[in-house]
Amino acid sequence: MSAPSVRRAGNRVFVAGVALLILWVLLPIWLLFVNALSAPAEVTGFPKRFIPSFDLASLSFFFGFSGVIDALWNSVRVAAVTMVLSIGVGAPAGYALSRFDFPGKELFRFLVVMTRAFPLPLLALPLAVMFIRTGLDDTILGLALVHTTLALPFAVLITYSLFSGIPLELEEAAWTLGCNRVQAFIKVILPLAAPGIAASAVFAFVISWNEVFAAAVLTVENRTLTAFLLQSLDVSPLPLKFAGGAALVLPALFFIFAVRKYLFAMWGIANR
Amino acid sequence: MPRLLPYLLLLPATAFLCLFFLFPFVQVAHDSVMRNGVYTLENFSRMAGHWKFSTAFWNTMLLTAVVVPIQLAMALTMASIVTKLQRGRSTILYIFAIPLGISDLAAGLIWLSVFEQSGFLNSLLVGLGVVDQPILLLGYQNTWIIFIAIVLAEVWRATAIMMVILVAGMGLIPKEYGEAADVFGASRWQKFRRVTLPMLRPSLQTALILRVILAFEVFAVVVALGGTQLPVLMSETYHWQFQMQERGVAAAFAMVILAVSVAFTILILRLLHVPKGARV
Amino acid sequence: MKTLTKWRMTAMAATVSALAGPVVAEPLFWSTQAKPIEESQKMRDDVLASFPGGVDYQPSDEGPWLTRMQAELQAGSGTIAVLGGLHGDLSSLGADLVDLSGIDAAAVGPAMMELGALGTDEQKYIPWMQATYLMVANRKALEFLPEGADINALSYDQLIDWARATAEATGGPKFGFPAGPQGLKHRFFQGFLLPAYTGSTVTEFRSDAAVTAWETFRDLWQYTNPAATNYGFMQEQLVTEEVWIAFDHVARIADAFNQRPDDFVAFPAPAGPKGRAFMPVVAGIAVPRTAPDMEQSMALVAHMMKPETQIATLRATNFFPVIATELPDDMPASVKASGPAIAAMTGAPDALPALLPMGLGDKGGQFNQVYNDTFERIILAGQDIPTVLDEQAEVLRALMVEANAPCWAPDAASDGPCPVN
Repeated sequence: MSAPSVRRAGNRVFVAGVALLILWVLLPIWLLFVNALSAPAEVTGFPKRFIPSFDLASLSFFFGFSGVIDALWNSVRVAAVTMVLSIGVGAPAGYALSRFDFPGKELFRFLVVMTRAFPLPLLALPLAVMFIRTGLDDTILGLALVHTTLALPFAVLITYSLFSGIPLELEEAAWTLGCNRVQAFIKVILPLAAPGIAASAVFAFVISWNEVFAAAVLTVENRTLTAFLLQSLDVSPLPLKFAGGAALVLPALFFIFAVRKYLFAMWGIANR
Repeated sequence: MPRLLPYLLLLPATAFLCLFFLFPFVQVAHDSVMRNGVYTLENFSRMAGHWKFSTAFWNTMLLTAVVVPIQLAMALTMASIVTKLQRGRSTILYIFAIPLGISDLAAGLIWLSVFEQSGFLNSLLVGLGVVDQPILLLGYQNTWIIFIAIVLAEVWRATAIMMVILVAGMGLIPKEYGEAADVFGASRWQKFRRVTLPMLRPSLQTALILRVILAFEVFAVVVALGGTQLPVLMSETYHWQFQMQERGVAAAFAMVILAVSVAFTILILRLLHVPKGARV
Repeated sequence: MKTLTKWRMTAMAATVSALAGPVVAEPLFWSTQAKPIEESQKMRDDVLASFPGGVDYQPSDEGPWLTRMQAELQAGSGTIAVLGGLHGDLSSLGADLVDLSGIDAAAVGPAMMELGALGTDEQKYIPWMQATYLMVANRKALEFLPEGADINALSYDQLIDWARATAEATGGPKFGFPAGPQGLKHRFFQGFLLPAYTGSTVTEFRSDAAVTAWETFRDLWQYTNPAATNYGFMQEQLVTEEVWIAFDHVARIADAFNQRPDDFVAFPAPAGPKGRAFMPVVAGIAVPRTAPDMEQSMALVAHMMKPETQIATLRATNFFPVIATELPDDMPASVKASGPAIAAMTGAPDALPALLPMGLGDKGGQFNQVYNDTFERIILAGQDIPTVLDEQAEVLRALMVEANAPCWAPDAASDGPCPVN
């Protein structure tokens, strides 16, 4: 076999692999939407069809449901505050971990990791007591603080590994060119770290969006969409389960779609 | 000032975690060694003495041991593909990242609709004439099928977390290294082994630690697909906290999850040590 | 530092009240019931809208429900005005519930009111609504009913014959039983199977009759769909026809009748040698000691006891009224199907009511666990029945002693903790 034909065969394998992976990721999503967009009798029937009949009854039930819009808005606000807080608090820590050697560094990383190694439903009780006493209970900010605790390890560790990958020489070059530390950070490092920050933002958003236990305990008047819908999903009739699942998935998909290009931002510079 | 700068940068995160994690955590940890107002290890002995404890423990370990390596391989593959692509890069990255947006509860729902007796997989098998009648997949006699279903669902749901971290990391590997390897006639595989992987260490470390820790807390997907038949540490924690109303024993379970996570974090940190001088 | 914290708290409180807008004192009804989204909507629109000033009805899973209540109790101040939950949910909160004996609930039967006392001299909760468990069959299964069997007076042996015939005719086990994590299987063992064979739930736990009961269930299990360990609400598998004959809570089979009223029949639970044992289910309403406005809470509890509220609740939740009242004719299909079956069961000549556990306090979950563990060991793990019963009986005895709970029906009354022979 000649070299070009080997390469062509290799390319074909590559394309087939990519197609297979895409199918693997999309097929289950497709099935969710098939069920969400089918008539109730089809959802419970057998055999199942793999193409939806575009019956919007189940899905429109959710969007016409009183309180869904408020809950959606609450979810968006909590997720937005979570994003801002977790990056604002997490990125400086990630930078410090990557650029300095200091006593307690390993300990700090541990503390950060530990926060994800403990089941939240158990922490919810003392947190709720604290929030009721301070008046943070049932507020957007209160819930966002808890969600930030969940997202912070992602923000710290991701920005840490990203900053570690950015050559210190770049920063030093900026210093020699007259930038102070802050300027150098904003002008040189931040653009390079954009993908990591975007990734942290995606995690923060998605974690907040999908978190149900703390939301169910800590919000009453201001319920998030997840606490509002997801809690009742597993006891609802089958067609509503899928419609509710799809209704929850959609906004998250839009969000990831909106920030996808930042995951690659400044690619060229990094690869120059 | 430069001496203090790192601490200053860490201060907000530290304060935050002390207030919203450490403070409630200490209370729960205290619950785990307290029973009827006396300090005791009885919660731990009740936990360890329960007949489901070792099953739950080993199920959790086994799931992690199977799921995480598959996810690591897939995440590396996906990240390499995305990095290598010339066209359609952000579309494909987006598609690969989609499962990120799906909560574990929703993922359990989706995969249950695939594997249940009147589900999609059976529809396909009957439609293709492989079987005449829908077969039972998630029965209690076939725990291994339940196990495979959970592995598939977890791999599907949570690979994207690792993939996104690795993609961001790969973006920072300078092209020169790959080009240099090309000059020496390195094959793709050699390039991947000798250049990409070592350079990717910080991101690999992060991705692995986060993924392993979350794998020890696997819950919703297992309950959706396995019912009562595949107890894991997290489902037992829930059970003791809310059904049995034994907060002390539930706290003991949580401490076990924490201990296992800490142990594996240390292991990963050791294995994938990032030397300070090894910066690009 | 101290002033700073204080300042912060004030600022926070100000923000909070600003976000909350004008104070609307809608009482918060915190409930584990009527969780499915359609049911909670009906609770708000049809049941609670008539309460002056409106009610904020919030259903939750048991975990968040309990956690929030405990948090308010620990913090010493709360927003929850009224708690709604099953007997088992409320019994663990006994000490923190306010005495409701001032509320006129004369229309509720004394036996049910006694349940609400939770073993104290106070009225800890007022019965809110009731239900029980029933059998349901797909009409396609009726042709396999054993010769001479009356569907309204089946025995466990006849049920097994029926399940066997159905399995043989259809090529797969078609009996359904909610043995999943959300399933209510323990109530079947406590209130149906064991009392039917032993006339007891606790005392005769390891008797020879109990061994027979478990052997019978093991026979039935051969014709039970093995996916049952995932089943929570049998209405799902009835509708998908994964199972043709099933046992479950009336509220958990309702959707099958409402979706396809003509395809299913409801009928009483089977009988054993000691009678047709069945367990009524009671949900109650209670007021926690941290309720923000006691008077309003009491008024809401009283509102729930009105006949028209009780009927609206039945429509919303498929739980029946706790007071004697005439039902209108236009009830949902599920109510029309389950009503006569319940009447046939409770009015059967061999009827043997088995009550919900009483006086267990927060040990109710562990009590259930004894029965679930017994099931898992005997049926799923295939362990020897007498051995398992002997071991579990020890656990049960220790639990009864620890809770100091006297026997409840059908067990004979006891001085001190209910004995396990």
